[in-house]
Amino acid sequence: MVDRLARRELVTPARLKAKDPEAMAGLVELYSANIYRLALKMLNNEQDAEDVLQETFIKAFRSVDKFEERSSLSTWLYRIAMNEVLMLLRKHKQEVISVDEEQASEEGAPEPVEIVDWCCLPEKELLDSEGRDHLNKAIERLSPALRAVFVLRDIQDLSVRDTAETLNISEAAVKTRLLRARMQLREDLSRYYGKRIA
Amino acid sequence: MEHSSSCKHLLGSLSDYVDGELSKELCAEIERHLADCTNCQVVVDTLRRTIELYKAAVSHETVPEHVVQRLYMRLNLDDYIPH
Repeated sequence: MVDRLARRELVTPARLKAKDPEAMAGLVELYSANIYRLALKMLNNEQDAEDVLQETFIKAFRSVDKFEERSSLSTWLYRIAMNEVLMLLRKHKQEVISVDEEQASEEGAPEPVEIVDWCCLPEKELLDSEGRDHLNKAIERLSPALRAVFVLRDIQDLSVRDTAETLNISEAAVKTRLLRARMQLREDLSRYYGKRIA
Repeated sequence: MEHSSSCKHLLGSLSDYVDGELSKELCAEIERHLADCTNCQVVVDTLRRTIELYKAAVSHETVPEHVVQRLYMRLNLDDYIPH
């Protein structure tokens, strides 16, 4: 059984470019769960998430020869996955959806309105099936530009720099959008959990 | 909620504050404000909890086995399907 650290050492750009199946399987093993979760959070649909997962690796293996190693393998993969996600969103909504800086407003965060302290609720209650369902609905209400930043930074734990690189936006834009996304979600969850403790 | 200029000042630094990315001096300034402003303390606590909840919810999510199998098969990596 190859452990995660040994797997990382196996997965090098050179071995991937040589189409070494062990390195290819290693890349899939290391990142498939994260790519699937990213797609599921962005699209909230299991079939779409599976399509994104498959297309991401197919495109990655097809284009690995062009990978210039200016970013990490994970950032490169996340970028391919996010492009697939945006393509699906465009297809479903039949409208222009972009995470480009020109498309998303860079205004500051809205001021907080809901002031209810629901932190006292136990995690078991916050994350029961109804609570989880609400978390998913709240994230779906974010614009794709805000959702992408929140998913990469807060759910996938990418750094501000890697999030910026993945989305091809500036670090300042990542920070602005992250604050707006977090505040919008906080308002949404405060309205929902506030009713539960009322 | 009524917002004083200190509350608005806090709002701009909120993400950096909860991520622990502010200087000691700015942190101390914010903490002095939080000690006197219950509303802002609630905003900070619920914002932190919001982020924690999403992280916790995702940590329980696993990729369905049939999805993993179909992925390896689609990539012609059948021999490497994890068992």
